[in-house]
Amino acid sequence: MNTRKSNWIRRFAKPLLMLAVGLTCLSIVAATLRRRPDINQQRIATGTITDPEFESVYREVNEQLATAAAEAGLTLAPSADNLQIARRLSIALVGSGLSLEEVRALQLQAKDQQVSWWTDYLLQDRRWADYFAERFARAFVGVDEGPFILFRRRKFRLWLADQFEQGMPYDEIVRQMLSSDGLWTDTPQVNFVTATIQEDRRADPIRLAGRTSRVLLGQRIDCLQCHDDFLGELNFGSTLEPIDGTQQHFHALAAFFSGAALPEAVFQGIREDERPYAFKFLGEEQEQLVTPEVPFQPDLLPAQGKPRERLATWVTHSNNRAFSRAMVNRVWALMFSRPLVEPVDSIPLDLSVIEGGGGAVLELLAEDFAKHGFDLRRLIRLIAHTDAFRRSSRADFDVTPQHEAYWAVFPLTQLRPEQVAGSVFQANMLTAIDESSSIFTQLKSYGELQDFLKRFGDRGEDEFNADAVTIQQRLIMMNGKMVKERTGIDLVNNSSSRIAALVSDNQQAIQLMYLATLNRAPSQQEMETYTDYLQDKQDQQRSRAMGDIFWSLINSTEFSWNH
Amino acid sequence: MEETIFDAGCEGNRRMHAELQRRRFLQTTAGTSSLLLTGLAERLARAAERQPEQRPKSLLFLWLQGGPSQLETFDPHPGSYIGGDVKAIATSVPGLEIAENLPATAEQMHLATLIRSVVSKEGDHERATYHLKTGWRPDPTVVHPAIGSIVCHQSSDNLEIPRHISINAGQWPPRGGYLGPSLDAFQTGDPQNPIPNFTAPADEPRMSRRLGPLLSAIETEFQRGRLRDLDRKRTLHQTATQEAVSMMNSSQLAAFDISQEGASTRTQFGNSSFGRGCLAAIRLLEAGVRCVEVELNGWDSHINNHELQKGRTQILDPALAATLKELERRQLLEHTIVVCGGEFGRTPLHNPAGGRDHWPHGFSMLLAGGKFRRGHVHGETAANPDRSIFDGKRYETLDPGSLTEGIITVPDLHATLLAALGIDPAEERMTPIGRPLRWSDGQVQASLMQHS
Repeated sequence: MNTRKSNWIRRFAKPLLMLAVGLTCLSIVAATLRRRPDINQQRIATGTITDPEFESVYREVNEQLATAAAEAGLTLAPSADNLQIARRLSIALVGSGLSLEEVRALQLQAKDQQVSWWTDYLLQDRRWADYFAERFARAFVGVDEGPFILFRRRKFRLWLADQFEQGMPYDEIVRQMLSSDGLWTDTPQVNFVTATIQEDRRADPIRLAGRTSRVLLGQRIDCLQCHDDFLGELNFGSTLEPIDGTQQHFHALAAFFSGAALPEAVFQGIREDERPYAFKFLGEEQEQLVTPEVPFQPDLLPAQGKPRERLATWVTHSNNRAFSRAMVNRVWALMFSRPLVEPVDSIPLDLSVIEGGGGAVLELLAEDFAKHGFDLRRLIRLIAHTDAFRRSSRADFDVTPQHEAYWAVFPLTQLRPEQVAGSVFQANMLTAIDESSSIFTQLKSYGELQDFLKRFGDRGEDEFNADAVTIQQRLIMMNGKMVKERTGIDLVNNSSSRIAALVSDNQQAIQLMYLATLNRAPSQQEMETYTDYLQDKQDQQRSRAMGDIFWSLINSTEFSWNH
Repeated sequence: MEETIFDAGCEGNRRMHAELQRRRFLQTTAGTSSLLLTGLAERLARAAERQPEQRPKSLLFLWLQGGPSQLETFDPHPGSYIGGDVKAIATSVPGLEIAENLPATAEQMHLATLIRSVVSKEGDHERATYHLKTGWRPDPTVVHPAIGSIVCHQSSDNLEIPRHISINAGQWPPRGGYLGPSLDAFQTGDPQNPIPNFTAPADEPRMSRRLGPLLSAIETEFQRGRLRDLDRKRTLHQTATQEAVSMMNSSQLAAFDISQEGASTRTQFGNSSFGRGCLAAIRLLEAGVRCVEVELNGWDSHINNHELQKGRTQILDPALAATLKELERRQLLEHTIVVCGGEFGRTPLHNPAGGRDHWPHGFSMLLAGGKFRRGHVHGETAANPDRSIFDGKRYETLDPGSLTEGIITVPDLHATLLAALGIDPAEERMTPIGRPLRWSDGQVQASLMQHS
């Protein structure tokens, strides 16, 4: 019996195993070669552009900035072309330039609809939700791995992405982050709190107060943790009736988080107990009990309720303008790589002290944001619709840093590392790398991105503090593995090789490479330089020469700077 | 403390740095990069010509990522209930004993100052690493520079290779913080492998064409109608490209090449990437690099502490001993501050898995070089602490002085290192957030210096 059984195994096991391996290989090949669906040309969204209020707000923004520039004696740059604006949008909203496929889809739209169509297209793309969620996760919980097991940054980021995609109002997102109880795995929003859990299983009220004031209210009050504001930089009143920031302000805010802790059975998640908040103020001998209080607009704070719920209601109150302004300033910064008011998380409560129209614009957009249900997509559309966003970064007059300061030209800013990496990957795939790409393309892209960021230098939380390029970054772009592989001969992974193989006309090939990398057509001078270079080159030699051109394109200043 | 550096003042250094940068830029853009290609030999000769007191101090940070156990390295307590299985051995300093895991290092302890009482306020790897590398606790409003970045910021020279280098760079390499990413450490791996990203992806004629006419065409088009002097005043993109090319062609890269050392020299550092990193670090410091960090990770022994620490010390011991010995032999120790340690120590009590957990309440750090005392020991941890302090982590509520004598906090350690490097730790600098910050808010521990 046993002999018969082992014979059966010998006879069938090997072929079955081979069949299984073969089927797996086939499914991998099929998944890799799967043709992604074409871009849906009809995918146009909500129609906010026809809303008269929407129009009046962006017109008012335009007027404010134009007036400020005129008063400073500055001429405004003309509008950039649509493809250029679309590139800015892609870099801001999904972290890379457009694929060749996307460029073609855009060009099929009516010219006066192209930018709006592209904005709506991106805002309905999961890539946007994921990309923005990572940006906001950095602000909300930082980039540290945080407390082992008790903090799940990835879950928090995915939760944020889901809320952005589903259109949950921003005030509701923040309310949940501030006040939720529960486990960090099935209630991911509590990771905002558990990111600060300490060894005694209690949340750190000081870190939470600092983050809440900076990110959610645009108030940098961290220095008040140790001493009163002796530099006169924090004013919780107005210019006429100033209220200087004190240690009391900071610790009264921290006191709202004093009860956030994990019980003995930690897997119940975050719970609220009644531990009071005590602190030894500078110069005092003894700790003092501190009652939860807010630093400004105390009339908006509910008298009853759990401390974190009361705080959440106050922070997100539609009349708490600091909340809306903080978000507007951050979204503006994500769109332009530069905030309206710098630094991004330090906005005076009295906006009249801000010069150059920035304060007025912040207020206009913040008002609209609060009035229309803290709708993030609407805010992005509004900013994308302003003249400032659509202006050229070059002009036929002498452009100065002052023009940039007044948004009279689109400011030139260095791309962040993830934007550089995303743009290199995208330039090499003629189709968009999105959720409809094969899983292998997505995984490869994700893995290479992480590897690139580690070597290139991630900016961490400090995303808007741009600096000049470093030599190490230049070495990585010139000689690094990713660029080397992308500029060699490779029909699967390199657009230059594919263009070389599929397009025999040199001018057309150069045109396509420019569109795939810089999202623009070459100038006449550039075209002449490159056609000369390709002249008389055939087959492999031509392919290599195209790789050289591709290398030069992605190593140019233009590729690494938003413009 | 080096009075001369303080007298020169920060502004003077910055002006000098700016001037050198400007000259370098002009030289490079004029296509005379060959003028900058001074060889390692020339560099060494120039260094030798200097009077010893003129030579600036450099920093060598031997970074033990993960939290080495003080009990299995520099602060053993054999026979105590916390001591574990490790024995103590005599060292070249009479009366000083360290763990038997470090026999070669024991013979070089007469060159070092050993601190057994460093206390940190951070018990998480990432936060504690930040604390040890910058001297500050993490602050979400500002990223502080690592000590090596400060050293580079406060000095200038014509070196073509990076001045701040991290060998075997791990997860959290030193960063320039608010001083800017140009002061981030240049990251490289095992010196037996080629330096990453220094090899051009195509042959020389093709690279010349790429960097020449092909790139120029795009750059010319991009500059049209934009800010005047765009590269110099804003992007520095082309400038950095030219500097990168100079670096790729520099003969100073030979400083990375440890194969130029004799076999007997190489052998004494041990057959490990850490040992090779230490030898490369010496060559780099010799060539004028101002700060080198060499990382040895894997010290996080939550399970089977004894074996794991023993394994790590087998790599550390020959490398550390040879580093001290070679620096002394090459007359570099006087001009180099050596620091060896990790982000925290490990708990006196073993956990149920035979491991030791994180312990920032008293751990060891080895310093050597410059004016640091030789054969000196500072501080002490309790050999037989009251067992009850471990119940419910009661030690967290105690005065740190009841666990460790002669406490040196992490800010104190940094202030002392900066002073030893000739930098005034109290000097303030305006940060990008508009807040003036000192280089360090710790107290210089003069008792660790020879002149005290």
